[in-house]
Amino acid sequence: MRQQLASAATRAVNAASRRLGRGQGTVAGGRAGLRLDPKLLEHLSAGRQVALVTGTNGKTTTTRLLTVALGATGDEVVSNETGSNMPPGHVAALAGSRATRAVLAVDEVYLPRVLTATAAAAVVLLNLSRDQLDRTNEVRMVAGRWRAALAAAPHTHVVANADDPLVAWGASVARDVHWVGAGLRWQLDAVGCPACEGRIEFGEGGWSCAGCGFARPETEARLVHSAGGMPSGEWADGRTYPVRLALPGRFNQANALMAAVAAEACGVDALIALQAMEQVEEVAGRFTVRPIGEAQARLMLAKNPAGWDELLDLVAGSDAPLVVSINARVADGADPSWLWDVPYERLAGRTVVATGDRYRDLSVRLHYAGVAHTTEADPVQAVVRAADGTGAVVDVIGNYTAFHDLLGAPR
Amino acid sequence: MSGPLRVAVVYPDLLGTYGDGGNGLILARRAEWRGLDVELLQAVSDRPLPEADIYCLGGGEDGPQVRAARTLVDDGTLARRVQGGAVVLAVCAGFQVVGRSFPGADGEPHEGVGLLDIETLKGAGPRAVGEVVAEPEGIEGLPVLTGFENHGGHTMLGEGTVALGRVTAGIGNGDGGRGEGAVAGHVVGTYLHGPVLARNPGLADVLLAWALQGAWLEPLDDSASEGLREERLGTMRRKRLRRRT
Repeated sequence: MRQQLASAATRAVNAASRRLGRGQGTVAGGRAGLRLDPKLLEHLSAGRQVALVTGTNGKTTTTRLLTVALGATGDEVVSNETGSNMPPGHVAALAGSRATRAVLAVDEVYLPRVLTATAAAAVVLLNLSRDQLDRTNEVRMVAGRWRAALAAAPHTHVVANADDPLVAWGASVARDVHWVGAGLRWQLDAVGCPACEGRIEFGEGGWSCAGCGFARPETEARLVHSAGGMPSGEWADGRTYPVRLALPGRFNQANALMAAVAAEACGVDALIALQAMEQVEEVAGRFTVRPIGEAQARLMLAKNPAGWDELLDLVAGSDAPLVVSINARVADGADPSWLWDVPYERLAGRTVVATGDRYRDLSVRLHYAGVAHTTEADPVQAVVRAADGTGAVVDVIGNYTAFHDLLGAPR
Repeated sequence: MSGPLRVAVVYPDLLGTYGDGGNGLILARRAEWRGLDVELLQAVSDRPLPEADIYCLGGGEDGPQVRAARTLVDDGTLARRVQGGAVVLAVCAGFQVVGRSFPGADGEPHEGVGLLDIETLKGAGPRAVGEVVAEPEGIEGLPVLTGFENHGGHTMLGEGTVALGRVTAGIGNGDGGRGEGAVAGHVVGTYLHGPVLARNPGLADVLLAWALQGAWLEPLDDSASEGLREERLGTMRRKRLRRRT
């Protein structure tokens, strides 16, 4: 009874806040529901197959890919795609749906709590790196909490990136781990061994600690780029499936492989899962070309050095004008010092416009990186100025709220 | 000084969080833009610490911080070079490391390099996280200092060690007074990120001048940093006014 009331309250508050134009309402409704029934997430998860996706980067995209993959069975799948990846967002998504399968993106810090509440069938651990240091403190601490939570969840299939030592340490105590060789470009946060504080050495095809012998686990599947350039997933049992995505970037191929292995753990054939993922063209506004002001722009999101490292790779080959937008609001973390961990030097020679609330921090960083740029406080104007009336599609990379500001900008 | 000016970022593999590696880059660029021959070294922890004129230490997590301190003490180069006049900028975990002792993850004290007569204990309250404004004290002629702190330490200064600044916003050393950072000779410690030299180019030039034995440094185009300083300091002024009304 209490749960039904709480669910109804969640749906009502969500609908009201959507009507009032106060956003998607996912947080307000979820909070209202959880106040009425603190066990609402447990209750709403009961009777469903729940898969969780967490990690510093790629949560939203991987959640989308896994949702589409599980949907290939014809089953209805519910997910918290529109944003909030903390319990109020989970509750809001589940309260509005009767779907028997659920895929939830989960904030790294909240994983233990959400894992317990949902008794998840599968959890996907993508990566762990520095992000919002003023909020989450230490990535090692987060890995330690994952470890304790996973040790206490023997019935959960854990799909873990074997190339990330912090993820490997968090996952290695779990009873059933599906290790995936998904790659790890940003290795700076994993140099200190999480097990013994020795030094992790990265080499061709693996990593290991000289101190305690902690090393990359044998993988069940890995992402391989052949000479022809077509990426594929290679399984240890001999299967090889192409990873053909409409979404750009190596990191998205890695996300797709993680999702495919998770789909298999949830009873969906990996090949069917990968074929379903080919149809995904955008994820919550990312990667598609859309009008902004009088210009056309391809919006992308990068909110920490590891995410930037991957996206700079993606845009490095292009000579499209580039807008970078940086905010430091609550959801972004209040300290944009991380800009100095991003190799912006790779943008030298490009036409760059710096914008967002903290364009001045970015401007100082670009100045020392030797990247010529102009500044424009208004993000929409920045895009228009970058296009310069040429009709060129402008690449726009923003951190969390900067991206969402532009996504919501009037067309 | 013979040969190029050598700026070393100390143990970026251990003390590399919070973008503090930017301090080394800023020092190197500012020397380069003045036509000086300069070498920027990324000194990783599994090799002997190289000889350098300026050493920059940054923030880091508890475990790696303990490891960095132990490695620096065993290596011995840093203490020896400071005796020979080398300049040190040590930030946050690095600031604690160059002191006499600091707490590890378990709260137990660990031996520091001892370049500054300071001692850090684990703070009892919540972490100090947020914007800092400090009136300079330990170094003459500096404009007001701005930065972002994020630490859980209480750092106490010994006799004869002066604070880098006196906070007008933020926590600073958290020792009950309003001190921020510490200065002794050519060793500067601070809790300020940003990185600190991006927000305080004046401090960067003080360190360069020390390393160049007081050589005159021609002014640079610092309009980007000036814009950032004005915006950060203005934001803090408005916050204070709002709180008062």
